[in-house]
Amino acid sequence: MKLLTGNDLKTGAVTWWTGRDWSIHIEDAVDVGEEGDAIGSAEEGARRVNGPVVIDAEATADGPRPAHIKHRIRALGPTVRPDLTLKPADPQAGNWVI
Amino acid sequence: MYRYDQYDQQIVDARVEEFRDQVKRRIAGHMTEDQFKPLRLKNGLYLQLHAYMLRIAIPYGTLNPAQVRMLAHVARTYDRGYAHFTTRQNMQFHWIKLEQVPDILADFAKVQLHAIQTSGESIRNISADQYAGAAADEIADPRPWAELLRQVTTFHPEFSYLPRKFKFAFTAAPGDRAAIRWHDVGLRLVRNDAGEDGFEVYAGGGMGRTPFIAELIRAFCPADRLFSYCQAILRVWNRHARRDNIHKQRMKILVHDLGVEEFTRQVEEEFAHIATLGNDPPRAEFDRIAAYFAPPPFETGLSDEIDRSDPDFALWVDRQTAAHKAPGYAIANISLKAIGGIGGDITADQMDVVADLAERYSFGETRVTHAQNVVLPHVRKADLYAVWQALVAAGLADVNLDLVTDIIACPGLDYCSLANARSIPVAQKIARRFADLERQQDLGELKIKISGCINACGHHHAGHIGILGVDRKGTENYQLLLGGSGAEDTTLAKITGPGFDEDGVVDAVEKAIETYRGLRTDGERFLDTYRRVGMEPFKEAIYG
Ligand code: SF4
Repeated sequence: MKLLTGNDLKTGAVTWWTGRDWSIHIEDAVDVGEEGDAIGSAEEGARRVNGPVVIDAEATADGPRPAHIKHRIRALGPTVRPDLTLKPADPQAGNWVI
Repeated sequence: MYRYDQYDQQIVDARVEEFRDQVKRRIAGHMTEDQFKPLRLKNGLYLQLHAYMLRIAIPYGTLNPAQVRMLAHVARTYDRGYAHFTTRQNMQFHWIKLEQVPDILADFAKVQLHAIQTSGESIRNISADQYAGAAADEIADPRPWAELLRQVTTFHPEFSYLPRKFKFAFTAAPGDRAAIRWHDVGLRLVRNDAGEDGFEVYAGGGMGRTPFIAELIRAFCPADRLFSYCQAILRVWNRHARRDNIHKQRMKILVHDLGVEEFTRQVEEEFAHIATLGNDPPRAEFDRIAAYFAPPPFETGLSDEIDRSDPDFALWVDRQTAAHKAPGYAIANISLKAIGGIGGDITADQMDVVADLAERYSFGETRVTHAQNVVLPHVRKADLYAVWQALVAAGLADVNLDLVTDIIACPGLDYCSLANARSIPVAQKIARRFADLERQQDLGELKIKISGCINACGHHHAGHIGILGVDRKGTENYQLLLGGSGAEDTTLAKITGPGFDEDGVVDAVEKAIETYRGLRTDGERFLDTYRRVGMEPFKEAIYG
């Protein structure tokens, strides 16, 4: 599957395209198929995202999992600071990245 | 340290307001990211993996307590309670919101801090020996000369749109703590037989994709001609630089392509021409600046004795302090390399402790080191025990300066958008493996440096043991290098062979270190043994 991601213009937070909007949770991301670039340009023009990019991911039972570790780290947060990730209470969350 | 006059303050304040307006226009959609990016970079603002990252300039790594407290305030108020010291003595905040940056910069401006020239094709923040003004082995404090150069070049149109970034480093000691030969221009203050001060000038160094060690191009440049000599260097580079090719823009490539002799000839020719223009600032200007760097009022008649009855304190003193030029004083190094921690990271609360200690015990001075530690440069030996106790309470009393766990690691793929691989977890695993202090002490000086990509912010080319993260088909892989140095015996590390995964590279480091232990002769450091026996025995142990 293909995901559309970028950073929020004002906060810089990593965001994922949900089909209607942007979410900081990758679980909300949808497969953008071939539409990613067009959506990304429109959303960037509307200043709802900065640096949109289409990435490869795998659909898993737990939701989309980016093919590249860089985007898995973007999705969760720094592996060396579990307390600052989106899932600070989940001790297993880091395994999803590696 | 230098203090702003009314003009400096006006310039920095105006710059903040200018950026406030630019941010407003970006958010309102009057500027695209392509238009805004060069403007934000000129104010130290990057977009990294998880958020915007703001880099603050710390010239010569020198900070006063008000500045350290402001760094703590920003970490607490706008970030997540911590920040990161870089290998160029700056500080980075990793969780910054664009809309808050103008307020952050306004706060910094109140204590004479800014983010100017922390990015872009400019003369970057000038770095220096972290012991400058305190070291027993220096000729004089080199920072007034560095500050003079900074003041003349900042916003100077000739240096505002350089072919690429440009880095100066200064020292005034025979032992190089500032890695001067890894800079575009490295400057060592020396004194000639007539008692005049001048600079050894090294040019064409740099790490990154194509590492080069700077070459000596002038053994003595009179100190009061420093600016015009540097101007001549920059002009020769500007004239020939390959602005069309990003991989060839740095001055090191030009020095290499022209050859150091031809490069030097052209610099000397340009220097002779500039001499006719009278570009150098008058001596009075240097004296004005030097007054800000006047030594603090050291007490005289102090004892050099240190009560070492507490064995943990004695260990800390032996490892973490260095010789000071004033009798009865010592330079105290604060390790930011706790075992299993993140090298160079410091919490807001710890910053406050450092500020308090500097105020109380170090004439209000703190330094940041390129090895990502902190220094209290002027501590009375009689106060060391009190300083140590406060550091213990703040979790800052680790004993590992220049040892195997004093690892330089760049932020790597945990934070950096350019990274191929994570650096910090590798550093943490190595540190845990060698956590035993006796083992560390037995190994002696051993500098491990880790970069998450070829840009080499973690100085892997200069590591006794270097590690470079690479991307192998979407997975992290690590190359191992041996034999580098950033000290006065500068050398370029060599790759051992095929790369490793994360655990593999930690094992390989241990094998290299055990090989050293087996081969060393009395008093030999890892680097000395490597230089004596060469790569082969290490390769054999690692891959055999
Ligand atoms: S070396 Fe590469 S990964 Fe590390 S901080 Fe520099 S650019 Fe980022």
